Amino acid sequence: MQNYEKDVSVQTEGEKSVVYATDYLNKLTGEKIERACKRQLDAGCKTLVVNFAETEIVNSIGISILLGVIDAASDKGAAVVFSDVNEDTIQLFEMLGLTNHVTVN
Amino acid sequence: MAENQQKLVHTFGALAELGNEVSQKNNFQEMIRTSLHLLLGSLGIMRGGVARYSRFGHELNLLALRGLGEEFPLSLSLCYEDERQFLINGTVPIEVSQAKVLPFFQNYDHSLTAKKVELLVPLVIRDELVGVVLLGEKANGESYSSYDKDIISAMTRHVGVGIAQRNLMAELERRAEENRRLYDDLRMTYKDTVKAFARAIDCKDKYTEGHSVRVGKYSEIIAAELGYDENQMEGVAVAGYLHDVGKLTVERNIINSPVRINAKESAELNKHPAIGYEILLPINHPYTDVPLAAKYHHERLDGRGYPDELYDRDIPYIAKIVCLADSFDAMTTDRPYKRRRPAHEVIEDLQYNAGKQFAPELVTAFCGAMLKEITLETKQKRFRRLLGREYLEAEGIAPLLKNALNDMNGTSSLTLVNFD
Repeated sequence: MQNYEKDVSVQTEGEKSVVYATDYLNKLTGEKIERACKRQLDAGCKTLVVNFAETEIVNSIGISILLGVIDAASDKGAAVVFSDVNEDTIQLFEMLGLTNHVTVN
Repeated sequence: MAENQQKLVHTFGALAELGNEVSQKNNFQEMIRTSLHLLLGSLGIMRGGVARYSRFGHELNLLALRGLGEEFPLSLSLCYEDERQFLINGTVPIEVSQAKVLPFFQNYDHSLTAKKVELLVPLVIRDELVGVVLLGEKANGESYSSYDKDIISAMTRHVGVGIAQRNLMAELERRAEENRRLYDDLRMTYKDTVKAFARAIDCKDKYTEGHSVRVGKYSEIIAAELGYDENQMEGVAVAGYLHDVGKLTVERNIINSPVRINAKESAELNKHPAIGYEILLPINHPYTDVPLAAKYHHERLDGRGYPDELYDRDIPYIAKIVCLADSFDAMTTDRPYKRRRPAHEVIEDLQYNAGKQFAPELVTAFCGAMLKEITLETKQKRFRRLLGREYLEAEGIAPLLKNALNDMNGTSSLTLVNFD
């Protein structure tokens, strides 16, 4: 099932949800994604996939928001997967330790 | 090397954004929330919070927090020793594990440990503690390096400046509000003093008791009708209250003479506008032209008034307003040597003298205000209270006023309406 929760596209399939990040993950777009992720976790999602196929840049605020998502998922016992991440962003995630907490596809 | 470069670009990007965020006049809470995001995101820190210090309550109040959970206390008390140590420390991050000797860390050990808070950064601006930043563990599991601490120091200084600015603004707003209250008190005192003076002036003349107060009120009615703002209306009313202050120096037997006074006495009495001006001039009135209203309220548009026989354009506008109010009250109250004139006569007099003694647009405004009250277009009862209902609502007054207004429509003197 696919739905669009206030500009954020979310796809759910059983206990797996895919949240699609936008092209630039900053405060405005990041907080929408965070809310969408938390709604999925509250709904019982056990595998949360954040898809970065459209994302070119993640700034510091985006990182903080993703850390919040990781923390929330950890509290709910859910796994987080970052998918379709570009090379620069993977390096950023690795440098800042986000990859210690998520699986990157 | 490449990673170091990327780290530099990322952290300096965050620092630049933080500086921009603090310098913009955005919503304070939003600024703090964004700053916390930038701090956490720049170094990959899992959780943290920004608290503002209240010197009066000796407590830190959390303004923004991420990942600290609902059970984390939103208000944290500080003792003098904590505050002293934080001030000495400055903006250098304190490692929580190394500072457990301080009462603060003992009191909140449980909460800080449970949420893995590793650093506390005092926000010290100009030797004043304005807040603290709490930072949890890094996402990469490493401990904070000296490089990390330098970055954190630089970034938290921005946050401290933001809080200090906000404190300063709040203090300025508080003082502005205090000033406003003081100004209101002073203004009230001024108005009370003016009214006391008006009563003192009126006490001297037993036949015209309440004259100054009524002239003040009629003047205010005219100002309201002209669309003046509240401050201007008050100024005009004050000018009316004080227009006869010069009479305080005139012999009581002249003022209270039951018969027409002689030429010598009249000359003496006619000095009161100039004397009133001299009395009022040194006072720092909150409104302009109050002394001028006293000096020129007996001038006429046709130049036949006194003391300076000024013509229309040379007469201050406020004096024209007071002149009309003064004359109207003189005609509508009993005097020692004659009874008050009936309303229809007074209106005819105003109409006849529009352009000669009175500024026509002021007569129009005044008659218009009176008509509105008679026809109940307004619920105000200003004229009724001053003149009495029977007098105001005498038969034929409303049509007379309508006719007068129709006749005067389009008539204007050369007066330039410029209150200031």
